[in-house]
Amino acid sequence: MSDTELQEKPDLQIDQDQGNFSYPEDYAFDAGTGLTDKTIDYICDAKEDPDWVREFRKKALKVFNEKPLPTHWASKDLENIHFNDFRYYLSKGAKPKRSWDEVPDDVKRTFERLGIPEKERAFLAGVEAQFDSEAAYSNIKKAVAEQGVIFVGSREGLKDHPEIFKKWFGKVIPTADNKFSALNSAVFSGGSFIYVPKGVKVKHPLQAYFRINAENFGQFERTLIIVDEGAEVTYMEGCTAPKFDSVTLHSAVVELVAMKGAKIQYITVQNWSPNVFNLVTKRGLAHEESEIKWIDCNIGSRLTMKYPGVILKGRKARGEVLSIALANNGQHQDTGAKMIHAADETTSNIISKSISIGSGRATYRGLVHIPRHLKGCKNNTECDALLINTESRTDTYPAIVTRGEGNSVQHEASVSKVSAEQIFYMQQRGLSEGQAMSLSVNGFVNDLVRQFPMEYSVELKRLIDLEMEGSVG
Amino acid sequence: MGKNGPIPTGRNGSPGPAWWQARKAEAWKKFQATPMPRRQDEDWRFATIDAIQLGDFHPGSKGKTAESKLLARSSASFPHAAKAVFANDCLLHVEGGEELAKKGVVFESLGGALQKHPALLEKHLMAHPVDLGAQKFAALHAAHASAGVLIYVPKNVEIELPLVAFHWLDGSEAAVFPHTLIVAESHAKVTVVDFLGSTEVDGTGLACGVNDLLVGPGAKVDYICLQRWGSKVTSFQLNSTRVEKDGEARSLFVNLGAAYARQESRSTLVGGGARSEMLGLSVGNDRQEFDQRTLQCHDVPNTWSDLLYKNALDDRSKSIFKGLIRVAPGAAKTDAYQNNRNLLLNPEAEADSMPGLEILNDDVRCTHGATTGQIDRDQLFYLMARGIDPRTGAQLLAHGFFEEVIDRIPDKKIGEAVRTFIVEKFASMKMQRTKEEGMGPVRKSGKGSLPETEVLDVRALQGLGT
Repeated sequence: MSDTELQEKPDLQIDQDQGNFSYPEDYAFDAGTGLTDKTIDYICDAKEDPDWVREFRKKALKVFNEKPLPTHWASKDLENIHFNDFRYYLSKGAKPKRSWDEVPDDVKRTFERLGIPEKERAFLAGVEAQFDSEAAYSNIKKAVAEQGVIFVGSREGLKDHPEIFKKWFGKVIPTADNKFSALNSAVFSGGSFIYVPKGVKVKHPLQAYFRINAENFGQFERTLIIVDEGAEVTYMEGCTAPKFDSVTLHSAVVELVAMKGAKIQYITVQNWSPNVFNLVTKRGLAHEESEIKWIDCNIGSRLTMKYPGVILKGRKARGEVLSIALANNGQHQDTGAKMIHAADETTSNIISKSISIGSGRATYRGLVHIPRHLKGCKNNTECDALLINTESRTDTYPAIVTRGEGNSVQHEASVSKVSAEQIFYMQQRGLSEGQAMSLSVNGFVNDLVRQFPMEYSVELKRLIDLEMEGSVG
Repeated sequence: MGKNGPIPTGRNGSPGPAWWQARKAEAWKKFQATPMPRRQDEDWRFATIDAIQLGDFHPGSKGKTAESKLLARSSASFPHAAKAVFANDCLLHVEGGEELAKKGVVFESLGGALQKHPALLEKHLMAHPVDLGAQKFAALHAAHASAGVLIYVPKNVEIELPLVAFHWLDGSEAAVFPHTLIVAESHAKVTVVDFLGSTEVDGTGLACGVNDLLVGPGAKVDYICLQRWGSKVTSFQLNSTRVEKDGEARSLFVNLGAAYARQESRSTLVGGGARSEMLGLSVGNDRQEFDQRTLQCHDVPNTWSDLLYKNALDDRSKSIFKGLIRVAPGAAKTDAYQNNRNLLLNPEAEADSMPGLEILNDDVRCTHGATTGQIDRDQLFYLMARGIDPRTGAQLLAHGFFEEVIDRIPDKKIGEAVRTFIVEKFASMKMQRTKEEGMGPVRKSGKGSLPETEVLDVRALQGLGT
């Protein structure tokens, strides 16, 4: 065995390499460090926000300042976020480019290294690429645009489509939902606005890519997706950042609205560098017979707190969360799901699989709520945790409230480690211990990964292989 | 209540030693210094805090029921080796202690133990953590505790017949603080049953009890607590169980009475091979609220715990189950299981379930499950097709739901007593949902035979352990 193979702990940098680079900063707009009313004014001026948005932001800042950190249940690590040390708005210009040729060279190089233009040509219906606070590039394929599909940034959304935007903005996730949704409401910039008209089924996924380039920076994108009656869309987001010694904050708000019979599939592969606090609020509103499915995969970041939710508002609406979390040394993946049943015969399904490696900690936190006067609601929750090393940690904190008639919920969770017999068996057949471990872990998540779109499942398997390298201690 | 502070003397006339007085004064200070639980406290999530009525209840208030009447009602349906009876924390009767003393066993009221076995009491009384949220009420208990029994079983002594204690709440403004302290030395064996009840079905009052089960190496302790307080009582039952090497503890808490009943149960496994079985069984009706918090604490390698709490809820009653399995970093080969199952007999009933895990070691087998559902319509249809009216049918199925728990009590006669209590509780309830018109369309059962599964069966709760 070579020296590198003898390392006790996995080399964490391997998978981070793809995103671990940055370019010198050269911004036309910089709101400076710290967060006050002046910061808000600067952002509003730079973005030429309408007055109602300025007012909305200022109210949100007040809420943010009033709300305490949720450390009575959440990780104390939140106290290491110093909100006044961040820069809240950095951009090279508020308007995204429609063609890669117009995108500034360093930004274009960034996305080329991440393979975005290539993927766009290969299989995407539209792409938005956000660089720090604003989208550098945004384009939608002509055929899709002609169907009436709107796919723009949040700034264009609120300016060019106020009649749809205003109706739903902040309705699924109110400003005061939690401290970080309030923060986002105060300083949001970037993110996507999507509207899919009645009956339109967007064949290929729309993709957003979020990139943090600057140090001491906070990214606060705001995404609002409205899918009208009988329409369907798949949205994918990816994210990376270079590794800095200082803390970076990412706090997004994502609101989905599925009208009658609509289907939304929202896929996230989060691979932030290990200095990023990733505190995201994501929630969907599902009307009658509609379906919202969150596929959420968390591999990177220092601390992720994210519990995608669905409010099942219409009869027979369905919500689903499929979640994979991989917590490596020094990481805490605090993820889960919220299912709020608010109509008869609504169903929800939560499947969560987590893997803790080294000193990594994976937490499942969930809420299932079925109030009284509802009939025939069903929830199924399964949480499986795999612990790789002796010092690995996992927690499960579900909360289930059930009332009403003919409703049923079931929750089950298990914790296990990779079976020594399995590893031994595979080694007998000539696999190295590392390969056997990778195979075993891939087997553990396989039934979930299979539900991911092809491109993502291949990527995910590769990431897991890399993360598992050298993890056998 | 409580302006009057701690009771300076043992209830039965003994002033008590200095350490006893000092502890009471200290506990009273702690009670006053600890704030009331608030809605946003994680340990009180979903609890109706307004339902906690400390009110104008007085420790030691005089009851109105004649002593002879209370004594006549204090009879267990199964043979037992010793018995103690308390009403409003006054000792009315104790029997069997002398016979047991021949084997070195102590069965004494706290008052008696203070005089005869102060060292035992000083060493073990509330020496173990009660920390699942009700610290304030544990302090209140410590400040007032004067009734209850100390049971001490020396090394290698096995007592076959159970030891029983009765605690009565009598009158409208009484507060009681029942205490049960069981100390089983190495390879000792004992079964203890507590009966908690009010003289009146709709009685009011405050009950704040603590029971500590200290299980020595290789010892076996069975504890059953049958709670039938009056329907307006605010009740706390705080349990701390500590099991040493190869010891076995089994506790069953049956909750039938009280308006708000908070029950905390903590098992700490401190020696290899230690086992703890934690069982709970509640039947709620009207607006009763059963607030259950449990902790399975695995501190060392090779320990085992298994928890099963079942609640059947009618009318607007509510259950809260919050459980946690905590595996310490060094506690390899832990085998822990936690299961909460709720049966809603009425659309207005509510079951809140928070089954939690905190696992800091990779070599474990830990699983948990929680289910909430209704009476299975196919099963009810089957019974109705055989001429059983729906109300009786639903009751039969609810009894079936509880059998899994009752079956796990080794003393079958005690199991029979538990069954009787549940039958009596159901008889006092209106099972509205089981009226034919309330059940909605009954689906046809595909199979002609009785389904093998029980009322709410969720398979595949098994772990992936090696």
